[in-house]
Order: sequence, then structure tokens, then C-alpha cells
Amino acid sequence: MHYFIALISGLIFGLGLLISGLANPSKVLAFLDLAGAWDPSLALVMAAAIAVAIIPFSVARRRPCAFVTGQPMSLPKQRQIDRPLVLGSLIFGAGWGIAGFCPGPAVVLAASGAPLALVFLVAMLIGMGVAGRMRT
Amino acid sequence: MTIDWTSFTPWSALLGGALIGLAAAILVLFNGRVFGISGLLSGTWTGQAGDRAWRWMALLGMAAAPWLYRLIGETVPPVQAQPWMWVVVAGLLVGFGTRLGSGCTSGHGVCGLSRLSPRSLVATLAFMASGFLTVFVLRHVL
Repeated sequence: MHYFIALISGLIFGLGLLISGLANPSKVLAFLDLAGAWDPSLALVMAAAIAVAIIPFSVARRRPCAFVTGQPMSLPKQRQIDRPLVLGSLIFGAGWGIAGFCPGPAVVLAASGAPLALVFLVAMLIGMGVAGRMRT
Repeated sequence: MTIDWTSFTPWSALLGGALIGLAAAILVLFNGRVFGISGLLSGTWTGQAGDRAWRWMALLGMAAAPWLYRLIGETVPPVQAQPWMWVVVAGLLVGFGTRLGSGCTSGHGVCGLSRLSPRSLVATLAFMASGFLTVFVLRHVL
């Protein structure tokens, strides 16, 4: 059952990325280009996502395990605002600003068969592997 | 700053965003997990054995999305031609940065902010600022 939930959730997530415009690198770059002809659309994507998810997350925080499937509630426990968090996020933002891809859209667009997205996805996996090795 | 009203798509942005929030809500309420793509992806090989299959299922669902989208007659946005070397550099930075910073737009930006996590707020402000700065430098300085 929880595999099915993961599948459906992934499908809805992917459709959300496509409909919202977040899976459109040129729209992402237009959103990040404050000094150019700015397209503010993507600010609304995050606002709407948080508006929908904020109550479910506050419910989830108070529960030891999930509804229906009974999976243990596994939310991030780390609270420290440290150097890797800030540095990593700054590096991610730079990569995002160069090509207009973040991880979710990279998966969706690579699956749609776009060659550049596939190139991005492979490079991203290598970058993840490198960071993972550095941590251990 | 000039706002490009002709490209502004508030309704599809709100609808798509609501779907993203719905997906995250479903995963946390029924599976107890945060929908963060960078963690989801890297966990497919670094996670514990029993914790990998659901990640593949979620990725499979995401991979099916563009095909379903086409099936209902919509067009998957084209990826604008750009030099592939830059795409490689961007991919390396995104992969490395999201692992070092423990999350991306979905994990920190959507789920983290919905959990009211101060850590995720700092991460989101950092990657947004650096994204804005990078585009500014690439488009208006260089």
C-alpha cells in the first residue's frame, strides 16, 4: 500500500511541476531574472504549495505514525543551522541559476526524453555522489 | 525591475503549486516521509535496503507524469537549447549543493517551510538569493 501511495504522490508531484511551469527552465530563469523582464509566476507556485501542505504537515508532526499505512513518521530531526546547510544551498542556487533546472524538474524532463535534461540529471547524480563521499 | 505581464501565468502556477503541495501532503500523511527530490534520489543508492523501493516508486510516478501529461493533450515544456558544458557544470553544482545542504526546492522550499523549519527557511533564502545573483551576473554583468 505505501508503495502505491509513493507512486501516486510522485505522479501528482510531476504533474504539478509541469502545470506550474517549474519544469520549464526558461520560465525558471525568467523568474530568477529580477533585473530583466521579470516573470513572477513561480513565486505563486511555492505560495500555493505551502498553503496546501502546511496543515497536513502540522497534523503529521503530532503523530507517531502515518494514517492508513501505519508507516513510522520520519521527519528530519536536524535543527542546526550550520555551514554545510548554507554553503550547500548557495552552491545549489548557483547551479539552478545557470541552467534553470532543479532536481524534480530534471527527473521529469529527463523522463520525457529531453537530451539536455538527461545530461543535467547524470551530472547531478555525479555531484550528489561526490558530496556523499565527502561526508563519509 | 519590469514585470513581464505577458508571460505571467498565475492560474497555472497556483494550480501546479497546489498539486505539488498535495503530493507532499499525501506522502507525509500516509507514508510519514518528506517529499524532497534530492534526498529521494540520493537515497536510492545510499539509503538502507528496506528504504529504497518506495523511493523508486515515487520516482517512477514522477517519470510517468510527462507521459500522462502528453496523453491528455498537453505539451511538455521544451528545454531551451543551451551549451551542454554549462548544463554539466550546473548539474554538478546542483547535485553537490543539494546533498551538502540536505535539500532542494522541494525538501527545503516546500516541505521544510510547511513544517515551519528555521533550517529550511535559511536554506531557501540562501538558494533563492544565490539563484537571483547568478542570473543577474550571467545576464547583466558578463
